[in-house]
Amino acid sequence: MPQTLAEKILQRHTDEEAASGRIVRCRVDMVLANDITAPLAIKSFKAMGAEKVFDKDRVALVCDHFTPNKDIDSAEQVKVVRDFARQMDVTHYYEGGNVGVEHALLPELGLVGPGDVVVGADSHTCTYGGLGAFATGMGSTDIAGAMALGETWFKVPPSIKVEIKGKPEPFVGAKDYMLKLIGEIGVAGALYKALEFCGPIVEGLTVEGRMTMANMAIEAGGKVGLFAVDGKTLEYAGQAGRKGDVVLFPDKDAEYERLVEINVDDMSPQIACPHLPDNVRPVDEVAGLRVDQSVIGSCTNGRIEDLREAAAVLRGRKVAKHVRCIVLPATPRIWTQALREGLLEIFMEAGCIVGPATCGPCLGGHMGILAGGERAIATTNRNFKGRMGSLESEVYLSGPAVAAASAIAGEIAHPAHV
Amino acid sequence: MKVQGKAHVVGDHIDTDAIIPARFLVTTDPAQLGANCMEGLEAGWIKRVSANDIMVAGENFGCGSSREHAPISILGAGIPVVVAKSFARIFYRNGFNMGLVLLEVGDEIDKLRDGDELEVDTATGVIRNLTTGEQVQCAPVPPFMQEILDAGGLVPYVKKRLAA
Repeated sequence: MPQTLAEKILQRHTDEEAASGRIVRCRVDMVLANDITAPLAIKSFKAMGAEKVFDKDRVALVCDHFTPNKDIDSAEQVKVVRDFARQMDVTHYYEGGNVGVEHALLPELGLVGPGDVVVGADSHTCTYGGLGAFATGMGSTDIAGAMALGETWFKVPPSIKVEIKGKPEPFVGAKDYMLKLIGEIGVAGALYKALEFCGPIVEGLTVEGRMTMANMAIEAGGKVGLFAVDGKTLEYAGQAGRKGDVVLFPDKDAEYERLVEINVDDMSPQIACPHLPDNVRPVDEVAGLRVDQSVIGSCTNGRIEDLREAAAVLRGRKVAKHVRCIVLPATPRIWTQALREGLLEIFMEAGCIVGPATCGPCLGGHMGILAGGERAIATTNRNFKGRMGSLESEVYLSGPAVAAASAIAGEIAHPAHV
Repeated sequence: MKVQGKAHVVGDHIDTDAIIPARFLVTTDPAQLGANCMEGLEAGWIKRVSANDIMVAGENFGCGSSREHAPISILGAGIPVVVAKSFARIFYRNGFNMGLVLLEVGDEIDKLRDGDELEVDTATGVIRNLTTGEQVQCAPVPPFMQEILDAGGLVPYVKKRLAA
């Protein structure tokens, strides 16, 4: 039977028939948790009576949310994770100088890749779909089960095919395509389903751009956001030190629940307005709104290409006096690369705050919390009410170029107009 | 199990940040998380809730983070059942794993209003609205999920398999 990408990848990890709608038990290639979700997973793991993880090389514990620790409680939480990692002899424990935002870090280290099944106690685990991995977020107890057994169960999702075509305008990229899609289908538009991206634009995208898009599949309710594995993916995986990955495409006659077409001709940069990621409008409709903060970073847009895009706008310019522009390179390697390329100098000279590789303000964790009545533009993935701080604050989502341009203008702005 | 309590109606797309904001995620303690339940929706929301009350929600309840702290905070608030038009996927799994009963009712949700006295039979999925006399039938729990529920949640389910 012809298979979608989701069915195909799951099929490689189960002995049952991975047809849409069926519940199958699958082996997993990597299990992930962070400093917020791992403590609960560890609690459940112990309650399950488990004494060791199924494979010490296939569990990743990344303390990236409240680190470097913001208070005693968060420090205690990380201690729980650190002690557990030592006790279980977990190979991939990250904190301090080697930590980065989990979903940028794992692909970079080659720990996740094409055809893998990955489960993570973090909803944006779906990012690895950009590499052709069936990767999805779960809760801590599900992750504890996977850490103990090396397998989990899935209801094989029906797939929605998303074809992206047209000719993009300047300053329009991966984030804008994804925001446009979420605006079209809504935050529950892909509930319980897989999004499978295709079309000339997708083929032309870099692997980083694909990860930006896959990252936000969950913002449409999706279980995964998947891209076929091509030469670019294999090159990325190879550079990350992986061996033996192969191209992976959906079968020609695979069945899709529906087809969604996005035409990017004449599309301008997209903005998700408060308080849901599907409240999407072209930048011109919201331009002129005063902002207090601009955040460039996160698992959505904290990779080197994103920093280059922001730096190209900020070069030789100054951030408006009333704006706090926070730049967080997503991993130590990206940080170093940005330093070598002179990007950090551009940010500092423009008056930005360059911070460590952390999730930071994305979830209102620390470093960039908003006060009541404040407004932020951010390259992050969620703009729920109170997400970045006060319930009376507002978050607008955009790509890096718009976030940079808005920091300069002091108000939401099209990069071509600053 | 039959649960009787007052309905607390919340809207569509109630996200995990509304259920339990990030600033409270520095603990795994159900009582502490319960004390701040729905703090991201409305300050002091928890004050109106009594033990065994029922949350009634719109579409896509629990969207957002994978944080299991969300169902734990609802249970910690004394709410054993959430009835919704539909649930977000990760939250749905988390609910069952934690022993929070989630019933999907679709458009019939409009028959349940804020403050109504409800009786929920979690085994049959029948919700009786004692205030209006109306009745709602929920979709049955999928057999595999029922297996986990029968085992007493995911923790005992895995425990049993590890022992085998």
